[in-house]
Amino acid sequence: MSKSSIPESLTNSIGTVSIKMSNDIEKGAIRRFAEAIEDNNPVYTDEEYAKNLGYRNVITPPTFLRSVQTNPLPEHIKSPYSAVVDGGSVWEYFEPVCAGDKISTVLKFEQVFEREGRLGNMIFLIKITKYTNQLEELVATQTTTSITYEPKKED
Amino acid sequence: MSQDIYFEDVTEGMEIPIIEKNPTTQQLVKYAGASGDFYQIHYDMEYAKNNGLPGVILHGALKNAFLGQLITDWIGPTGKLKKLEVQYKGMDLPGAPVFAKGIVSKINDNNTVNCDIWLETDNGEKTTVGKAVVQLPTK
Repeated sequence: MSKSSIPESLTNSIGTVSIKMSNDIEKGAIRRFAEAIEDNNPVYTDEEYAKNLGYRNVITPPTFLRSVQTNPLPEHIKSPYSAVVDGGSVWEYFEPVCAGDKISTVLKFEQVFEREGRLGNMIFLIKITKYTNQLEELVATQTTTSITYEPKKED
Repeated sequence: MSQDIYFEDVTEGMEIPIIEKNPTTQQLVKYAGASGDFYQIHYDMEYAKNNGLPGVILHGALKNAFLGQLITDWIGPTGKLKKLEVQYKGMDLPGAPVFAKGIVSKINDNNTVNCDIWLETDNGEKTTVGKAVVQLPTK
């Protein structure tokens, strides 16, 4: 077994959470997000349509919460490698998110591991974001995998 | 937009109607702005190449959004998306079409259905694979 490339400071930080951040869910931001992903479902832009379906206001597309910010984790919770690609995510949805909602976010550093692959030694960082609304309802969670690596210099 | 789909109408192996997307560099810039993800590999060619990539690539989360739309278009306004899981297997470059596809993989007891979902290139390469769980209304 070769020596682990994962700094001990990182391993010791598993379980660390960010300071809660409150975000206003703006109707215009939802519209711009729906336009950017080219999804013309009226439930994201037409307030009357959304209300007729029983929602408080227009709702957000499933991955809209990606645009909702979290406070950062402490500075030292990062890979020693400079390049990062997104490995994937798991979303769980519990309640709709509507324009006008206030969504609080907490980011948790869940796990770190390494693998050898196409990009050389890769360090995987797993983080979970919990999204809670103004009614104190857990609306969604997102688990993300970041794959980090050291870019090879071109000869 | 699709009509409502009911739990009783769904069978294992059923195909979810395909959606086609034609991402451009402009869409990547719009998505960067809308999502707040300004990582340069998605719009700066030189930066992307210096990071060992063939060019600017689609945001993984944008591909995730395409697969979200695959499901929400299919289930219509009364179905509920409960879980959406994606893994990025390959890179997608702007300028080439991608096809979001899926099949029903399992019918559960509680009015929920599991689906296998993926994004496919013109050559049939699956660059993103995932699963979704949806809850459907009953008749």
